[in-house]
Amino acid sequence: MSGRVLLIEDEPHIAEAIRYILARDGWAVASHAEGQGALEAIRREAPDVLVLDMMLPGRSGIDILEDLRADPALSGIPVLVLSANGQGEARMAAEGAGAARFIAKPFANADIVAAVRQMAGA
Amino acid sequence: MTAPKPPKFLARSSYRRRRIIDTARLLPVLGLFIFFLPVLWHPGDTPEPDTARGGLYLFAGWFALIVAALFLARALTRTDVPGSEDDAPGEESR
Amino acid sequence: MVPFNILVAVCLGYVILLFLVAFAAERRAERGQTGWLRSPVIYTLSLSIYCTAWTFYGAVGYAARSGLEFVTIYLGPTLVFVGWWIVLRKLVRIGQAQRVTSIADLISSRYGKSNLLGVIVTLICVLAATPYIALQLQSVTLSFGVFASETPEGWALPDQSATALWVAGGLALFTILFGTRNLDANERHHGVVMAIALEAVVKLVALLAVGVFVVWGVAGGIGEVIERIDASPIADWPLKPGRWIGLTFIAGAAVLTLPRMFQVMVVENSDERHLATASWAFPLYLFLMSLFVLPIAVVGLGQMAPGANPDLFVLTLPLSEGRGTLAMLAFLGGFSSATSMVIVASIALATMVSNHVVVPIWLALRQGGARTPGDVRGLVLMARRVSIAALLALGYTYYHLSGGSGALAAIGLIAFVGVAQILPAMLGGIFWRGATRIGAALGLSLGLVIWLYTLYLPSFGPEGVFSATVLAEGPWGLGWLRPQALFGIEGIDPLLHAIYWSFTLNTGAFIVGSLLSFPTPVERMQGLAFVSAFDRDAGARGWSRGGAEAEDLLSMSQGILGAEEAQSFFEAEAGVQGKAGFLPDTTPEFIERLERRLAGAVGTATAHAMIAQFAEGAAVTAQDLLAVASEAQQILEYSTQLEAKSEELARTARALQEANDKLRDLSVQKDTFLSQISHELRTPMTSIRAFSEILMDPELPGELQQRYAEVIHEETIRLTRLLDDLLDLSVLENRKVQLNIKVANLHDLLDKAIQTASNTRPERVFTIHRDASAEHMPVITDTDRLVQVFINLVSNARKYCDAERPELTILARKRGGRVVVDFIDNGSGIPKGAQRLIFEKFSRLTDTQRAGGAGLGLAICREIMANLGGTIAYLPGQGGAAFRVALPVRPETVRTAEAA
Repeated sequence: MSGRVLLIEDEPHIAEAIRYILARDGWAVASHAEGQGALEAIRREAPDVLVLDMMLPGRSGIDILEDLRADPALSGIPVLVLSANGQGEARMAAEGAGAARFIAKPFANADIVAAVRQMAGA
Repeated sequence: MTAPKPPKFLARSSYRRRRIIDTARLLPVLGLFIFFLPVLWHPGDTPEPDTARGGLYLFAGWFALIVAALFLARALTRTDVPGSEDDAPGEESR
Repeated sequence: MVPFNILVAVCLGYVILLFLVAFAAERRAERGQTGWLRSPVIYTLSLSIYCTAWTFYGAVGYAARSGLEFVTIYLGPTLVFVGWWIVLRKLVRIGQAQRVTSIADLISSRYGKSNLLGVIVTLICVLAATPYIALQLQSVTLSFGVFASETPEGWALPDQSATALWVAGGLALFTILFGTRNLDANERHHGVVMAIALEAVVKLVALLAVGVFVVWGVAGGIGEVIERIDASPIADWPLKPGRWIGLTFIAGAAVLTLPRMFQVMVVENSDERHLATASWAFPLYLFLMSLFVLPIAVVGLGQMAPGANPDLFVLTLPLSEGRGTLAMLAFLGGFSSATSMVIVASIALATMVSNHVVVPIWLALRQGGARTPGDVRGLVLMARRVSIAALLALGYTYYHLSGGSGALAAIGLIAFVGVAQILPAMLGGIFWRGATRIGAALGLSLGLVIWLYTLYLPSFGPEGVFSATVLAEGPWGLGWLRPQALFGIEGIDPLLHAIYWSFTLNTGAFIVGSLLSFPTPVERMQGLAFVSAFDRDAGARGWSRGGAEAEDLLSMSQGILGAEEAQSFFEAEAGVQGKAGFLPDTTPEFIERLERRLAGAVGTATAHAMIAQFAEGAAVTAQDLLAVASEAQQILEYSTQLEAKSEELARTARALQEANDKLRDLSVQKDTFLSQISHELRTPMTSIRAFSEILMDPELPGELQQRYAEVIHEETIRLTRLLDDLLDLSVLENRKVQLNIKVANLHDLLDKAIQTASNTRPERVFTIHRDASAEHMPVITDTDRLVQVFINLVSNARKYCDAERPELTILARKRGGRVVVDFIDNGSGIPKGAQRLIFEKFSRLTDTQRAGGAGLGLAICREIMANLGGTIAYLPGQGGAAFRVALPVRPETVRTAEAA
């Protein structure tokens, strides 16, 4: 598989891990570390898949997701939401805002790869 | 803004205190009488020398006034309830 | 005969004694032992500054020239004090209720906090005091001269003006040292009051001793003195009714309006009941001071050479009889009279000049106005010091120019008539609600102008301001404008002429001006508060609504009262409202009290102007006054008890409201607490899990293996620290912590904390201001825990202070059995809304500022301080983020253990 993934995640170690996992699977991974400027980064990178953390400095992942869905040029990008706030409400909020997939932290690396593959193929 | 209606008649001690206050108010008037009496007797016009006599009179009157003030101050502080408002009508009835 | 150099030595010794007495009194007062410093006896003795060198030397001269007339100067004040119930009691009550700082402040405050009136009164007082101070310098110089000429074997008297200059300089030094030590809320000067009380005793004893010596030592007893009086040139008593009554009146007026008398009588008064004692004791003092004046004058006239200056009989009589020691005592008496007057007068005048002239000008010149006042306190103190020096310089210049001539009594009376011009505005102000600012301004200015024109300026003599022609024919030949015969009415004694016209026109303008003008709301309010000073709760509030930010008010007040004073005042006020911390609600009551407090330091008009900048548009209006009046009508039906109850209720409600708000915030926090813990635990877990899975890949290159293992290691440490913090917090919260109490030097603890905290953002250049000498004090506590708190505060400052050149100031001191340490940085501080949340768990201010911590630091600090029996609080209004750590000097447990 190959394609472009944009990763928006503020924890540097987690970002590093995800970049490694996806790069090994053949994806071109760009990353952005905060809520501010996230939309601009998405427009610039025009990724095939967006991996988005929920709790970000500046703006929350949900806000970014909602903006994304409101913009017709970007609303087609499938989004994988990551959250350290467990299941339940966080998942509902993410899916309500239009996330294609939701994975709770900590995650199995294989789940991330599988989700990205599936979303890019769909 | 008026205080609650002051009672028209006061207990004996409060009545006494009010009269002491009246005296305290009148004392300077008494002083005026003592000190301005020489103006009426025109010491300059009398033939005999008056400075010695007048001085004795003034100092004696002055001293009497001081003694009166001493007794009044004693009387006022003795009957004084700390923190009470002496001029406020109705306060004396306590 | 006393050699001159011994005289100088005695004089210096006496001055040193005064310094010591003043210093000891200040020390006692600082320790709060004001007991006998504030007794009715001291109060009465301090009033004796009425008797200056004019009394001590001049009264005898006056008697030698005009017989019994001198006594009027003491009869007037006697009548005022004997009648204390009428005027003095009210003045003192108002002075305390309104925290009046001077007579200018009283007038300005009564007439709607008008600074214009303050300036006029200050001007009158300065004009009147200058010759008066010159008079004191002159009398000291003359008395030195007496000794110098009598003793050729001593030092030659340098130069008369050099002596006067030395005296003026010494007095300025003493006054600055003890008169401007602090901006005490009530302007009380314990040291100065003690010193002048001592001087009062010295001058009384000296004059009585000379009198006794003259009557029984020189003359042969009372009988012979009376004979001598009858034989003397002043045997007949040419009483002039006009002067007799006029002088008594003017002396009575002056005792109320002289700035120095107002200072000791009203401003320095600590207890209204002292007036009762002074009502007879002060007239008695005057009586004793006057008792021997006539005998000394008569014996002097008979005994001394015909050309001898009768103003110096008190000194020259004992000298001519060979009584050197007695002359020395008399000299000290005269010296005391002169110095005590100069000291108190210059303090009183300096207060007026700084509060009514310097500070208002400074405020007007500043761009930011009172909003960013900075160090007003320092400015005011400096203004006072400079004013004191300037006043003495003025007095000295006057003395120098006038050549030290003229009889003492004439100068004193000119000053009396000048300050007495304030009387109509003062009495009208406290007895007549209809008196207005315009009336007072008209009356005061007219009185001032006429006094200057008819008495002050002519006093410089034909070589002075007015030529002989102007005096005889009037300016530009206008006969009806002759300074000593206004409107063509001739033949009146010049002094009476001045008294008559200045008072008639002053009072007339005051009354007519008041009747025709309409007072502003603030004037009406102050009028009510002054006239009804004895009614409980008289007067409406000066501020109708709050509208000011407590934090801004606090930072302004700190510039005036000093940080410590202002903070404890705000803390106490918040406590009264049932709130914790340093920021009370800005209710009208609170603003009113704050204004009074500030008025005690910088005067009413200035304090009002400063507050007005914050409470813009909130000052009371005429409508508000009417509303208050009708409201008051309704409130009448309720008893005061109900009122007290509703106040209690309001306080409880405010406390409840605050508790409620906090509870709501807490419950929101509790809800998020678990998810926060979960989040904080899951984040490092995620990294650990992801990298361990990556490490399982056998094809991973060696250098990456190394790197990823390090990441895992780092994240486990983070996890451990978080768990430690949580555990620590839960132990602290349950008060199960084992304290390890030790004795340590606070300075060392701070050193240790700053050292450790320097690991936080070590790349930042960070300046720390400390005062090592203040930090050296022992603390008995769990030192490791205390250091933990300090480390947290210092590293927070390092992390979050957003100033370009970050600075941290650490202030340590002991206050009421507690050690207080403030940490103040110069960043942008913490917004008001967040201030009460920062000590809660996981409350990071913004998500951007996650510098590695989990937001537990301050929560742990708070729990540690609670365990140590102390507190940690956010200190608002300091310019940056500021935290105050306070803990008992020794912990509760140690104390009880010792007691057992």
